[in-house]
Amino acid sequence: MAVLNVNPTRMELKRLKNRLKTAQRGHKLLKDKTDEMIRRFIVIARENKRLRREIEKELGGALENFMRARAMTAPQIIDEAVMMPSRKISLECGKKTVMGVAVPDISLGDDNNSELYPYSFLTVTDELDNSVKTLNLLLAKLIELAEVEKSCNLLADEIEKNKRRVNALENIMIPQMEETIKYITMKLDENERASLVRLMKVKDIIAH
Amino acid sequence: MYNRVGVIGDKDAVLAFKSVGFEVFDASDAQGAAALIKKLSGEDFAVLFISEELAAQIPDVIKKAKQRIYPVITAIPTSKEGGGYGMAQIKKDVEKAIGADII
Repeated sequence: MAVLNVNPTRMELKRLKNRLKTAQRGHKLLKDKTDEMIRRFIVIARENKRLRREIEKELGGALENFMRARAMTAPQIIDEAVMMPSRKISLECGKKTVMGVAVPDISLGDDNNSELYPYSFLTVTDELDNSVKTLNLLLAKLIELAEVEKSCNLLADEIEKNKRRVNALENIMIPQMEETIKYITMKLDENERASLVRLMKVKDIIAH
Repeated sequence: MYNRVGVIGDKDAVLAFKSVGFEVFDASDAQGAAALIKKLSGEDFAVLFISEELAAQIPDVIKKAKQRIYPVITAIPTSKEGGGYGMAQIKKDVEKAIGADII
């Protein structure tokens, strides 16, 4: 490990010792932070996987039903049927922080319209009814999935960054500083010995 | 304030979302989807759903969008055979954070 390019003086030694202390404390803190973030991440990732599995199971079917309805009825009728939705979504969007990472916080507002189907049953097939019904049931889950998935993404990014910092401290910064401190101490000791020997020699010369 | 939800995908498949109050945008190819995402990101959409097939074709755009909080871009399967893409993304995230897919 390379020694830092510094002058071997007492002042430099003191400065480096302080820096080393700070780096070690920072390293410990960051390491703890990574551990806790990973713990939270695992919870969120599990939730993400569960939600996605549920949605994939049902959503594909619902959309396929819709396609079938479109194929069986005239396109204009379907377009007309869904064009004016009876429901309007209201979202409450904010941010919350998980271990210092800002993640989205979305909640679905209550809409007071209980009318599920925005069309008359006369013109369309029951495939459309089914698909609209499933979609309505999935609505909350979809929004939740979006929120959880985004949190998962952001946390994963942050964990990666944090790991990099911990590694840089652990494998580069701290060893480098330790090495330099050792180098300065040795150099100072050597200087001291040199001056002592010089003194002894001078004393010897004067005595004769 | 973000309070709209959009869906990007092939019109035949995603029109159904209109009935639950989402806004539907038709895109049949990668360029169209990328342009739509770019345009809608500037508006007040909280969530943009995009069909898995399209999301798989524009990894750059999706990756770039991942760094922002809003809009949240989420891939959804639009047919029964769909799936795989979303799960692969979760796997990727887990591998990025932990180093191995242990979930």
